[in-house]
Amino acid sequence: MRTRSVPAKPPTSEVLLSVQDLHTTFKTDEGDVRAVDGVSFDIRRGEVFAVVGESGSGKSVTSLTVMGLVPTPPASVEAKGIFWKGENLLESSGERMRKVRGKEIAMIFQDPLTALNPTHTVGRQIGEMVRLHEGASKKEARETAVEMLKLVGIPRPEKRVDMHPHEFSGGMRQRAMIAMAIACKPDLLIADEPTTALDVTVQAQVLEVLLSIKDEIDSAIMLITHDLGVVAGMADRVMVMYAGRSVELGTVHEIFYETRHPYTLSLLASLPRLDQEDDEPLVPIKGSPPSLLRLPSGCNFNPRCAFAKDLCREDDPALRVVHGDAHCSACHYAENLAGVGVEAIREAGDLEPVET
Amino acid sequence: MPSYIIRRLLLLIPTVFVALSFLFFLFFLLPGDPVDLIVGGADRTVDPGVIARARARYGLDDPILVQFKDYWLRTLRWDLGESFLNGRSVNELLGERAVNSARLSVWAIIIEIIVGITVGLISAIKRYSIADKLTTIGTAAAAAVPVFVLGFVFQYLFAVYPNQHNWPEWARLRTSRLGPDEWFLFFIPQGEQWRYLILPALTLACVSTALAARMMRGSMLEVLQADYMRTARSKGLTERAIVVRHGLRNALIPVVTLIGLDFGTVIGAAVLTETVFSWPGLGFTIADAVGDRDLPVILGLTLVVVIVYALVNLLVDISYAWFDPRIRLGERGKS
Amino acid sequence: MTVIEPTGPSAATSAEPGVLQLGEAKPLRTEVWRRFRKNKLAVAGLIFLMLVILAAIFADLIAPYGFTDRPLPRTYRAGPSGAHWFGTDAIGRDLFSRIVYGARVSLKVGILATSLSLTIGILLGAVAGYFGGWLDTLAMRLTDVFLAIPYIILAVAIATLFGRSENSIIIVLGLTGWLAIVRIVRATFLSLKQLEYVEAARALGFGRWRIITRHVLPNALQPIIVYGTISVGTAILAEAALSFLGVGPQDPTPAWGLMVAQGKGDLVSASHLLFFPGAAIFLTVLAFVLVGDGLRDALDPKMR
Repeated sequence: MRTRSVPAKPPTSEVLLSVQDLHTTFKTDEGDVRAVDGVSFDIRRGEVFAVVGESGSGKSVTSLTVMGLVPTPPASVEAKGIFWKGENLLESSGERMRKVRGKEIAMIFQDPLTALNPTHTVGRQIGEMVRLHEGASKKEARETAVEMLKLVGIPRPEKRVDMHPHEFSGGMRQRAMIAMAIACKPDLLIADEPTTALDVTVQAQVLEVLLSIKDEIDSAIMLITHDLGVVAGMADRVMVMYAGRSVELGTVHEIFYETRHPYTLSLLASLPRLDQEDDEPLVPIKGSPPSLLRLPSGCNFNPRCAFAKDLCREDDPALRVVHGDAHCSACHYAENLAGVGVEAIREAGDLEPVET
Repeated sequence: MPSYIIRRLLLLIPTVFVALSFLFFLFFLLPGDPVDLIVGGADRTVDPGVIARARARYGLDDPILVQFKDYWLRTLRWDLGESFLNGRSVNELLGERAVNSARLSVWAIIIEIIVGITVGLISAIKRYSIADKLTTIGTAAAAAVPVFVLGFVFQYLFAVYPNQHNWPEWARLRTSRLGPDEWFLFFIPQGEQWRYLILPALTLACVSTALAARMMRGSMLEVLQADYMRTARSKGLTERAIVVRHGLRNALIPVVTLIGLDFGTVIGAAVLTETVFSWPGLGFTIADAVGDRDLPVILGLTLVVVIVYALVNLLVDISYAWFDPRIRLGERGKS
Repeated sequence: MTVIEPTGPSAATSAEPGVLQLGEAKPLRTEVWRRFRKNKLAVAGLIFLMLVILAAIFADLIAPYGFTDRPLPRTYRAGPSGAHWFGTDAIGRDLFSRIVYGARVSLKVGILATSLSLTIGILLGAVAGYFGGWLDTLAMRLTDVFLAIPYIILAVAIATLFGRSENSIIIVLGLTGWLAIVRIVRATFLSLKQLEYVEAARALGFGRWRIITRHVLPNALQPIIVYGTISVGTAILAEAALSFLGVGPQDPTPAWGLMVAQGKGDLVSASHLLFFPGAAIFLTVLAFVLVGDGLRDALDPKMR
């Protein structure tokens, strides 16, 4: 697990984003898909808030819903509220949302090759941000673009500014996208799987960039990923999602060392470690995530849970505080997991470990 | 970029050469004496003087390779020969007729671009709306209608019917022949000219416009689903800005190619349209010449058509590169 | 005339995570059919096509007269009536019967011509796209040459060589129709070649031919099917145009295009001679286009 190479600024306690009981449902021919099913969390100024989960867990949809980027004919959004600096975004006009997007909340997408417009220069795409939100002139916009490229560590930014996305390598492209997102110094940066499409070595660089940017412009980061290694190195607080729900929420220390949910534990157990014995088998989580059209009865995770009991199959557990001030879990037996480490998963009879 | 253009221009030459040689051999290798072709199958007798002149002029009794060599030597001097039918110089004929075709085609293409792209764009943006459904049916219909039938329909609606019901002069459109041949700045019809121009132009434009609209719609729909559109939205741009600034340029890329390729369709349709409306252009002339087996005219006019078509394609390819920076050839490398 | 269906700018969309996970996979064919059925226009087109095909097959049963019969009482250029639903032509033949028999001509030419151009196009496109190199360049130059020649001229030449008949038209259309399909197939092969599963197949030692037929071709099928369907329509359109110009089958063959040409002089007095065959061409081609469109929408995995 990585540790930070730069000492972080401690997060303040000012709450920027407060999502309360969010439901995003998609109407399809086969039925309603509850992609986000009652998720609540807060993000504070300056913190790195990680959202972890497998594909289909609803983590991306959550962020897209916050930004208002989910088209509402096929989808419907319901919540107690999505509060941005106190203002409920769900009740905002289209015009207000457009002002928020890019200027106060900006987003970085997974695949920079398809997420950037292939026919516009990088400089133009970055400059577009300041021209739109700050009324900058063409000249000023270009200067800002060069500045941003420098900030994210792209060499020879004055030349790069006039190039097109396909002329950049993968890591550079992602940095360019970051440069674009921070051009207006947003208060919250949502990074949706920013390193998934990149080589491992480049991943590290991009994450470094994100961290230094965060301090530079004093913004919070909502980091969406399935990679626990990334989470360990970067996050302050973590929310684990499964099948559209949030199953555990806490500080990064609590999640990794005081785990209180079987799913999180299984995720940790499945990570291969450098200090493993050679003949120690890998331990995947058996089964696969459920179809969001046919969720299991009771707890969503129970078919794959190493510790499932009868209650789990009957009753849907709610998210509640189980440890410390704000460490929450959605498990009936969360308290029983105190002191339980990943070895328990490995030794649990139900699992079929994979021989390496 | 310049090297690309030069390369393409050079490529033009062998293409034209091969195409025309192919035709040459096709026609001259046809069974029988070319002169018999003129006489046989036509319902009229040809002046023996014309036959004799043709024989001498074209060396029709020489071996085929000699004829081939002679043909190309003549053509390179731009001596396209004379019509078998009436002895007129092909060059002269060409000059006259090409101009008429050019005017008609230009207007048809203008209509195709403006109407086709706009319609396609709107129906893509307002997908599933009534406008979209109407457009889908409309463009499918317009693409399916035979050009010549459409021409006749127009003729009926705008000439025959008004005639039979004695409409006033100002309400009638013309459906036959060129008209007063009055033009402003070469392309803009003056006076009564537009009455003669409008129906043939619409007929000619019909199929291509439909295809352009469908292409535009398909392309735009794909673009609208692209990731970079979502990125643009996440920046806070208005829908309009997103569509116009980000979507349009990407969507136009394949449409531009289509318009170029489509030029071939326009040529084919031009033959039919000009025949229906008796518009004295290249298409009309070729169609007649083909019926009369007037070889020098056929070959000469085809040469011009082939060259123009190849040039148009080149233009399209160049503009394609301008639209899509991804294919700009080998100017800058990656980092 | 060729229809080129859009492939659009290649903007791949990354999967929207967490949105949809279906249970068991349904067989592709029923899924495609289900989606096709929802498109009312396409279904209408399909029904009309069925009618045309039935007319072609059962012409002898459906048409009240033969297409060369000149039934008594002899009427010339008569309008539609109880005895002759579509009227009679210049030499007294029943127009309705001729149009019904004409379906045979059109379908025969359309289907055969398209088969020919598909065969040439797929072979050429596959070779060019998969093997690349000089084969590719050669194929492309060949395409350019053929593109440069207006198909009308070619049609005349071939018609003169082989006589003016349906077969000449089939050859001409087959020889000119492959142009668009080559590009589509070549582009598909070019992009598919790069895909990982092709590399995987090669790594496993599968021979090249097997890779092409088992792995690459099935994915190239979608545009081919769509294009092929629409192409039958455009072939019929082209055949009508060539018949109209006098280069196709001659009298008494009831080619729809020829009938339009024969009716040309009667625009003023007996326009039905023009418009009934014209409508037949139009509706048939339209049906093919609608079905092709419907197929495209139904086969496209991205459309929802």
